[in-house]
Amino acid sequence: MYRAAVIGDRDSIYGFAALGLDVFPIDDTETGSQTLRRLAEGEYAVIYITEALAAALERELNHYRLLPLPAIIPIPGITGNTGMGIRMVRKSVEQAVGSDIIFNEKD
Amino acid sequence: MAGTQVNPTRMELTRLKKKLVTAVRGHKLLKDKRDELMRQFLDRVRENKALREEVEAALVAANADFMLARAGMPDEMMNTALLAPKQEVSISAGTQNVMSVEIPDFDFKTRTPDPNDIYSYGYAFTTGDLDDAIRSLSDVFPKMLKLAEVEKSCQLMAAEIEKTRRRVNALEHVMIPELQENIKYITMKLDENERSTQIRLMKVKDMMLQEAHHYETI
Repeated sequence: MYRAAVIGDRDSIYGFAALGLDVFPIDDTETGSQTLRRLAEGEYAVIYITEALAAALERELNHYRLLPLPAIIPIPGITGNTGMGIRMVRKSVEQAVGSDIIFNEKD
Repeated sequence: MAGTQVNPTRMELTRLKKKLVTAVRGHKLLKDKRDELMRQFLDRVRENKALREEVEAALVAANADFMLARAGMPDEMMNTALLAPKQEVSISAGTQNVMSVEIPDFDFKTRTPDPNDIYSYGYAFTTGDLDDAIRSLSDVFPKMLKLAEVEKSCQLMAAEIEKTRRRVNALEHVMIPELQENIKYITMKLDENERSTQIRLMKVKDMMLQEAHHYETI
């Protein structure tokens, strides 16, 4: 059995604790990358990460992209939606198709 | 052909012909795999996009609810209320095989079946806004898990499509033309050798005839 974790700044994530997810409040990038690595190697199948932190840890995220588990999913934090999550999806499309054919109708 | 040295022998020719047959078959198979993967990927990525937009909107709304809840009660109360969660979520991760890509299949179970166990506090010191906020978060969680599944699948499939596409291109534009070129070269060379042997024999025959009967040759 796996578990789900949420990491990011405290204000954005503490609500998830009530649902029964494990929350890991992170303030700086350094501990963020350490925590992410620890969680990814642990028993976590899904790790939700706030977009603000995800933007700082992009290199780590790219590393876990190709592994079957865990799934690291950016979610909007309390500071609002930065569009980072959609950008990651767009990146997948570009990687597979060669150019962006799903999102270009918006631009 | 360019740069490589091939032995113009029959054995090499047979070997290359066999290799060409394998390459052509592999190319066809890989092309089919790529097309099917692409079809499935596009379906999934559209789902991914829709889900993500939905989840992001819901989370932004939930965050706004939490802001409201925090504004309505002291911080310590809030912390105490959420200090010891009653509920616990565990996730089972199966895999599903789509065109040889192992994509995850998540399902979640809560420790207790009671949906009201997400409220880990007595209601005396908290505001109703907090209940609303937690409720809105809890409603979006199944979608978030689905999003995780679909998004991970898309990432894995994208990587596989890229790999397959490279292979197809390598076969189509490098391997197969090169093999065809080499086969052509060997065939030409063998034909040329055969013609030269033929001519040599004819020449020798002429010389022998001239020697024996003093025939005039052209």
